[in-house]
Amino acid sequence: MWRELQYLIHNFLPAGLQMDITQSYFEFLGLPVSYQLDQQALSERARELQKTLHPDRFSHLSDRERRLSVQYTAYLNEAVATLKNPLTRAQYLLQLEGVDTFSESRVQLDPMFLMQQMELREAVESIPDADDPEAEIEEQLQVVEQQMQELRQQFATFCVQNSPSALEAAAACVRKMQFIDKLGREIELLEDQLFDD
Amino acid sequence: MAYSEQVIDHYENPRNVGKMNDKDGSVGTGMVGAPACGDVMRLQIKVSDEGIIEDAKFKTYGCGSAIASSSLVTEWVKGMSLDEAQDLKNTTIAEELALPPVKIHCSVLAEDAIKAAVADYKEKQTKK
Repeated sequence: MWRELQYLIHNFLPAGLQMDITQSYFEFLGLPVSYQLDQQALSERARELQKTLHPDRFSHLSDRERRLSVQYTAYLNEAVATLKNPLTRAQYLLQLEGVDTFSESRVQLDPMFLMQQMELREAVESIPDADDPEAEIEEQLQVVEQQMQELRQQFATFCVQNSPSALEAAAACVRKMQFIDKLGREIELLEDQLFDD
Repeated sequence: MAYSEQVIDHYENPRNVGKMNDKDGSVGTGMVGAPACGDVMRLQIKVSDEGIIEDAKFKTYGCGSAIASSSLVTEWVKGMSLDEAQDLKNTTIAEELALPPVKIHCSVLAEDAIKAAVADYKEKQTKK
């Protein structure tokens, strides 16, 4: 789909608005392909591109060209959102290496890790009955944040090693992050249910 | 997305939710998970000396289809031999629950869980 869009961009947009969307998100945003992200550079580059894509610049152009600018903006937003989030950034890096963790099923997981996840979910489930649910939620969110931080560090370490085993280890990190991310969202949902009426 | 009546039934009245003592030699535990949706599933079986599954329990943190799939499996495997349980196919589960294509992976998870439980039980037996 993006290649088709790139073709349209190339043929129908004025030279000043040309951009290559067949590049990776990193290259598209002028950033090094790395897990270490310069958030400020990302924001600045995103702002520049948004300016280029501003609808006012397209108002004098045809419907087709304006539609393109909308699709273009969608691509930019997707790129920024993917890279900004540490989990999707990791998943995207793996995807560039040919490992799809976005929709995979049937992967071998560490049973001890799953056991721990089960226990954490059970603990979260019992929060509404706790004496001080607010404190429990705080505590569980801290556990989530701490585990995420550790996994992010591990991922960054594996990421810079160029070997199949490091790639597999990086993917294992991401799979764990996916579970912990879900747990974190569950806790936040519970927090909303309990305290924001 | 609309769930089928069967899924809603199992979701609202899940059968055999619970936990068995994993230290018990006649209990097999299967732990599986799906990273893409963050679902975790524990399925346990209690096996008689004759190799028949006497009881089954599950606990699933996940969507309605994942809960229904594991609930259904615990109902089905009771009274089965280990071989029969191991041959359970996700397609049978998906069919019974009328799962839409995007939810097929939930039935796969339940199939993997019962397989893992049987494998865990068998491994325990060889260690005896």
